[in-house]
Parts: sequence; C-alpha cells; structure tokens
Amino acid sequence: MVTSAAPRHAAPPVHAGPARMTATPPPIPTLLDSDVVRPAPPASRAIKAQVENFSFFYSTVQALADVSLPFRERAITALIGPSGCGKTTLLRCFNRMHDLYPGNRYVGRILLHPDNLNIVAREVDPISLRMRISMVFQKPNPFPKSIFENVAYGLRLRGIRSRSELEGRIQVALEDAALWGEVKDRLRKPAYDLSGGQQQRLCIARALANEPEVLLLDEPTSALDPIATSRIEDLIVELKERVTIAIVTHNMQQAARISDYTAFMYLGKLIEYGATAEVFQNPKCKETEDYVTGRFG
Amino acid sequence: MSTILSDNPVSGGIAGSRNGGLLPPLRSRSLLGRLAERFIESGLLLAAAFSVLITGGIVFVLVSESLPFFRHVSAREFLTDRLWTPMFADPHHGIMPLVAGTLTTTAVALLVAMPVGTLIAVWLSEFAPSRLREVLKPALELLAAVPTVVYGYFAVDFVTPALQAFIPDLPTFNMLGPGIVMGVMIIPYVSSLSEDAIRAVPMLLREGSYALGAGKFTTAMRVVYPAAFSGIASAYVLAISRAVGETMIVAIAAGQQPNLSFNPLDPAATITAFIVQVSLGDLPHGSIGYQSIFAAGVTLFVMTLGFNIIGAVMRRRYRQAY
Amino acid sequence: MIVTDRFIARTRLQDRAFSVLGATLTVGAMLFLGILLFDLARDGLSRIDWQFLTSFPSRRPGMAGVLSAWVGSLLIMLVTAVTAIPLGIAAGVYLEEYARKNWFATAIEINITNLAGVPSIIFGLMALGLFVFRFNFGQSILAGGLTLGCLILPIVIVSTREALRTIPRGMREAAYALGATRWQVARHHLLPYSLPGIATGVIIAISRAIGETAPLITIGALTFIAFLPPAPVTLDPEFAVQPLKWVWSPFTVLPIQMFNWVSRPGDDFLRNAAATGIILIGLTLTMNAVAVVLRYRMRRRIKW
Ligand SMILES: Nc1ncnc2c1ncn2[C@@H]1O[C@H](COP(=O)(O)OP(=O)(O)OP(=O)(O)O)[C@@H](O)[C@H]1O
Ligand SMILES: [Mg+2]
Repeated sequence: MVTSAAPRHAAPPVHAGPARMTATPPPIPTLLDSDVVRPAPPASRAIKAQVENFSFFYSTVQALADVSLPFRERAITALIGPSGCGKTTLLRCFNRMHDLYPGNRYVGRILLHPDNLNIVAREVDPISLRMRISMVFQKPNPFPKSIFENVAYGLRLRGIRSRSELEGRIQVALEDAALWGEVKDRLRKPAYDLSGGQQQRLCIARALANEPEVLLLDEPTSALDPIATSRIEDLIVELKERVTIAIVTHNMQQAARISDYTAFMYLGKLIEYGATAEVFQNPKCKETEDYVTGRFG
Repeated sequence: MSTILSDNPVSGGIAGSRNGGLLPPLRSRSLLGRLAERFIESGLLLAAAFSVLITGGIVFVLVSESLPFFRHVSAREFLTDRLWTPMFADPHHGIMPLVAGTLTTTAVALLVAMPVGTLIAVWLSEFAPSRLREVLKPALELLAAVPTVVYGYFAVDFVTPALQAFIPDLPTFNMLGPGIVMGVMIIPYVSSLSEDAIRAVPMLLREGSYALGAGKFTTAMRVVYPAAFSGIASAYVLAISRAVGETMIVAIAAGQQPNLSFNPLDPAATITAFIVQVSLGDLPHGSIGYQSIFAAGVTLFVMTLGFNIIGAVMRRRYRQAY
Repeated sequence: MIVTDRFIARTRLQDRAFSVLGATLTVGAMLFLGILLFDLARDGLSRIDWQFLTSFPSRRPGMAGVLSAWVGSLLIMLVTAVTAIPLGIAAGVYLEEYARKNWFATAIEINITNLAGVPSIIFGLMALGLFVFRFNFGQSILAGGLTLGCLILPIVIVSTREALRTIPRGMREAAYALGATRWQVARHHLLPYSLPGIATGVIIAISRAIGETAPLITIGALTFIAFLPPAPVTLDPEFAVQPLKWVWSPFTVLPIQMFNWVSRPGDDFLRNAAATGIILIGLTLTMNAVAVVLRYRMRRRIKW
C-alpha cells in the first residue's frame, strides 16, 4: 500500500531525459538502449482504476482470464502484447463497449476511484459511465459532420445548448488536441476533409471535450505516418497531467517513449506489470523479455 | 485505500477550470430520459411487430372469409370439378380451370424469363465490361418498374396482334401474348439477383477452370453457374411467385373466361384475373361472389407459399460453401 | 491430353458467340421497353393536353379526362406514404439496431421476407375483409392508402435495414463511446447518414404503389368517379375546415382509370388508355431514375 503523503502537485513526472534507472546494463540489447526510456515514476500516484480478478467472455470464448492491474492517475499505462492477447478487449471493458453486442459477459471487478464504482456492475448505467471515460479508436472515426459538430456532439449530449459556451469549450478541446491552429478557420467544413492524423486528433478533441476522467486509446497511431504519430505522442504526454490514460500499442518504441507503466499481456492473461523502465529493462518473465526485444514468435 | 483517495482530484477538474467552469455535474441519467428511451424502444418494437400483424390479417381474412364457401363446397368438388362457374344459376366450383390458366401463363412467362434472364446475368457478370454493367443493370430493372396495367395494354395492343402475324388463328385474348409480356417483365428479377449470386462466386474457382484451359463460356456454364446455383434458384423462385401472382396483364389480355386448358393459344382466366373480374362488380359482404374470391385467394396464397417453401428448401440443398 | 488448334478455335468461337448472344438478349430486352414506349406514345401522346388533365371521365371519349384519377392517385399515395414510411423505417431501425438475435426477431425477419413474396392481390383481399368490412372504412381513400401501405411496408423495411447496414460499426461505437443512448445514436447518426439509402428505397416503393391496380380493384375502388374528394378547407361558411374528410371519400386512381378504358371497345377509349399509360409510366420511370441517380451519387460520396 502506498501512501498519499506526497501532495498531488509535488512530483511532476520527469519528462524525457537520458537518465537510465537501472544500475546494471541489460543482458541483451533491447529497446532500453535507446535513450528514450524514462525513469520510473514515483509509485505514489493514486490509483484511478483498479482491475480486480477480472475475466471476460465473448459468449463462450474467454478473452481475459483473471486480470488484476491498476491504472494510476496522471500517468500513462501502456497495454502491450501479441495480437489477440486481449488488449482491446480489456480497454473496451472500461467504457462497457461490450454491452453493445449480445452474449458478452464480465466476471470480476473494475473499480473506478474516487467513488469506488464497479464499472462492470450490471446496475451501473453505461451511458453515464461513458461520459466519464472517453475512448479513441484505432481507425480515426469522425462523424460525417462538420469539425465543429464533431466536437460539440458530446457536449450537446450533456445538455449544453448555449452557443457561446459550446464555442468556448470546443476551442479549448481543439487546443488541447493540438488541432486548433489548423482548423480554426474551417470549423464548419466536413471533418472528412482533414488528413488522417488531423482526423485522429479531432477524435481526441471530441473525447476531451467531455472532460473525461479516463482516456482510452486503442492503437491511436497505427493508421498514421511517423510525423502524425509523433505529434499525437507529444499530445498524449501533455494530456496525462489532466487525465488518466490507458493506451494499447503494438509499437514498442512508442510504449517505451510515452508510458509510465506497462502491462504485458499474453493469451488473455496479465503476465507482467510495472514501471515502464522496469518492464523494458528488467523484465521478470521470459515471455515479456522475448516480446519487448522483438524475439517473440 | 481510502487514504490514497482522500485528496484525489477529479481529473476533469483541471481542464474544467481552464474552461471557466466545470461541466454540469454528472447526475445519473434522469428517470424521464430513461423512460423516454424505453418508450421509444417499445414504439419501434410495435412497428416491427406490425408486419406480423399484416401476415396474421392475411391468414385470418383468407380463412374466415372462405370458410362459408368451403362449408357448402366439398374439397373434392373444389379440386376435381372441371368447371368454375360460381356465379351461374347452375354453379360449379372446380378451381382447376383457374389453376390451369395460372400455370399456363406462368409457364410461358418462365420460358421467356428464366433462360433470357440467366443468360443476361451470366453475360453481364462474366462478359460485359464493368462500366457497361453498371449502366445496364439499373436500365434492365426499369422493365420491372413499368406498371403492369401498362403491360396489359401493350399485350393486347401490340404483342398479340404481332403474334397473329405468325399464328393467324390466334384469338384476340390468349395466354401466349400476356405470358410473353409477363416473362419480359420478370427478366430483371432473374437477371439482377442471379448476377449478384454469380458475382459472389470467388475468383479462385474461375481461375481453377481457366488454368485447365477452359474458355470463358465453359467456365461460366460449368463452374460459375453451378457454384452460384443456390442464389440463382432463389431468383427463379421469386420469378415464379411474381408470375403466379401477376394480375393486370392477364386480366386485360388473356380473356376472363375460365377454361381448363393448358394450350397457350387459348383464352383463359387465371385465379387473379377472376378475383379482379368479380371485384369490379358490386360485391356485397357475404355474397357468393364475395366468398368465391376468397376461396380463389386461398388457392393462390397456398400456391405461392408452396413455391416459396420449395425455394427455401432448394436454397438450403444447393448452398455452396466456398 | 493434346490440346489441338481446333480445340482452341472452338473455345474462342464459343466465347465470341456467347458474347454476341448475351449482348443481343440484353439489347432485345431494352428494345422491348423501347417499343412499348413508342407504342404508347404513338397511340396516346396527342391525347395529353390541359383538357385531359382537368376533366372527369366521360361516356364520350373525346371529352373524358383523368382529373379524378390523378387526384385519387395523389391522395392515396399520401396516405400510403404517411403510414408506410414511418412505420417501415421504425421497424427497420428496430430490427437492425435494437433487436437481439432471439426467436422473436427471427420470426419477424422470416415474416417480412415472406410478406415481400405475397402477390399484391392477396393484400387487396386482406384489405377487403379487414379494412373495408370489419373496420368499416368502406371503399375509401383511407382503405386504399392503407392497403398499399401494407403492400410496400416490406420494401421500406428491407431498404432501411440495408441502408443502416452500410454504416460502419466504428461510427456507432464512436457515438456510444461519447455517451449517446441507443435512440440518440439512431436519431443523430444512423438515420441522417442512411437517409439517401432509405430515400432510394422509399422512392422505389412509392413508384411501385403508384402502378398498383389489382389490390385497389379488389377493395372495390370505383372505376367511374366524376367528383373530387372534399377539400380540407371550403369557402362555404358552414364547413370552413374539414381537414380529414377526404380520407373517407370514394376514389379512383390512374391505373384503374387506364384499365377501365382498355376494357372498353373502341379506339378512342384505347387512346385515352394510352395517354394515361404515358402519364403513369412517366411517373414511375422518373422516380426510378431519381432513385438510381441517388444511389449512384451516394456510392461516390461515402468515404468511410
Ligand atoms: N467479438 C468477438 N467474439 C469472439 N471473440 C472475439 C471477439 N473479439 C475478439 N475476440 C477474441 O478475443 C481475443 C482477444 O481479442 P482482442 O481484440 O482483445 O485482441 P488484441 O490484443 O486487441 O489484438 P490486436 O493487437 O490484434 O488488436 C482474440 O482471441 C479474439 O479472437
Ligand atoms: Mg486490438
């Protein structure tokens, strides 16, 4: 049990920096050799969401088995693992996306703090939940509406009608998503006219406008080129000051670059969880090591 | 755990302060909102269930209104009597003359629509350039969009006189002319649906045949057509039920005299034509005429239902797993 | 196996021959439509004028017109559209977006498929027994409109479902993820995005209904109507407003009027029939053309 002794603004995370935390060099050349792995964040971060003995079933197919892991505040938690290991499945439990399709079953608990709400409990209203937890999908999926309407949509759902308030909040959301400068003159233009990277940032703005407590990102850069990817990575790192972030990624460098904690999953199970530097430099499990060093089958 | 959480900020707060105020506090959704949502869902469900009501209405009306008819006409008379004269002083109630008319016109129509429609479908999907196909398919579908009463006019005004040039003793009203017109009308039902089915056949099968040195035609007929047969069969069945239920063309151009004949050169009435003919007169509820059209309707309904079931069975039997 | 030149030549010839055959048949089918249009135009085009559109039917073919018929067709279509379109779209949305895959949804689905294969005259019999006699609507515009409404309902449902199905799952999930309810997703996203597709289906359905004759004859629509249904607003001070009185009025429609003239002896009546046919075919072909264009533009516009 960690203590909350540290005041919440006391320890801003150290961005970048070549410092390597481990004293002993890794036994094999790995990603950690690139200088981007950041130091382990203080373990004192409060827990925003806690997955507890959680399993998930697509009808009869079990996709997650007895997963337990925390998601800490003001930190980025990366979910990595080979294709089909259940990363997306886990992410989509947080906003109850699985409720949309029949037969899906949650077993166990996912607690959302501070109110200790069990996200997957039947009596929890998924609609209210989704207003607290936003999601950005793998493929940019803006609505076929204007840029303005895309960001406004979540706000309208919350009953905000006032034009000026909408405009103000949309500007903030677009600024937060580092898109404002590029679109401020064409807010009324269709979102589909934007480039893929811009579309994805628009989707992030759309998610941020709701002022979520948790932001779920499912391979948000997998459809983008390197430049768009790095813009979005910068953006994500900035955002973590304000929102708990869970990101699924297949890109090891990306996980190493931006995340504070990493969870390695395999065949529906959590194999290893820890500070990103730890997981990449001193993996405890053989599978993790194989995977992060790219030697995985 | 609670110690950690004691000074836990709500993450949205920071962003909120930049916006000059938090978003409205999140209540759980209002009861009213939930009720409205439920209400709408029930409304939509009722709309969907309405279609069942229509079917129920059809079955109920057909059964209840034809029951009086079958109370005084035995099934035996209905099926074996060779005359259908329910409105005459000396009434006969044999449905077979009407069934014969229906089957004969249907057969003529199918002899036109099935081969022509299938060949067009094969040609469109395997031979025609794709740009041309994009134009021709909707153009052919216009054939099915022409109102049937217009086709009826065309059958008496043009097709039958044209046929009389080849068959001099063809009477003005006959089953051949309207049958042919009906066949052309249902060509798009066959060609469009078959073309969809044919194009769903994977390229791999065709390549297998080409690799053996077969030509396009052989591949289309020996490989593609059998592979697509379940889809093509359902197109045929749709064509049959359209032909069996077609009314105005035959009512206008085939004559309205019940006639137990399978010769397409003869005039005859179909089940549908009989219903129209009787309906045109005054039709008090419960009269003999009223009862007889429902008896005819039941027969028609059973026939189309039978074809649809055969179609479903065929589809299952010939379904190909690619 | 020895592949001889003769074998190859035969294959070539077969392919060439079939190419020609297929093209001929397709052109032949189109030619059939062309001859039909030409035949109608030759017989009836000269008959279409202001007098024809503004006169009631008459014993004397030269003075007859289609006023009551086109007004009847218009009003019937109004009732049909008002009933079948919302009902069909609602049912389509329910089946595609709400229904779980249980026996009930399956039953509705099978039912709609079968309903689409039921001959139109059977709908007329159903309406005769139910609307005309049991519900006592009589041989009114209401009864006629509802009959055709039932007839095209499956078409509207099926095309709504097809249009909804083209919207990618990601679009729904994006909206749900922002906290939209099922109905909000449908109302704000799915229906607007699928509107062109639904409109295409609705236009096809209405064009089918305009040409339908048999079910309306079956419910006892009259063939000779020399008056118009009561207007919703009259200048007569005693009956100032009677917004829905017209639904109870007897009616005739264009295809019935045409049928009536076809069945009469004499070339003059046949010319009237042909003229009516031109109007009918003009309406239906135009609507179909609009639908085709709509579908084509939709396919080009969609980017998801
Ligand atoms: N709708 C579904 N029904 C049944 N099984 C599913 C469904 N979706 C996913 N699965 C299965 O659940 C497992 C986990 O899938 P998931 O999509 O979570 O993997 P992932 O880790 O996100 O993979 P990727 O990296 O390829 O996105 C896989 O074995 C997959 O086949
Ligand atoms: Mg995934």
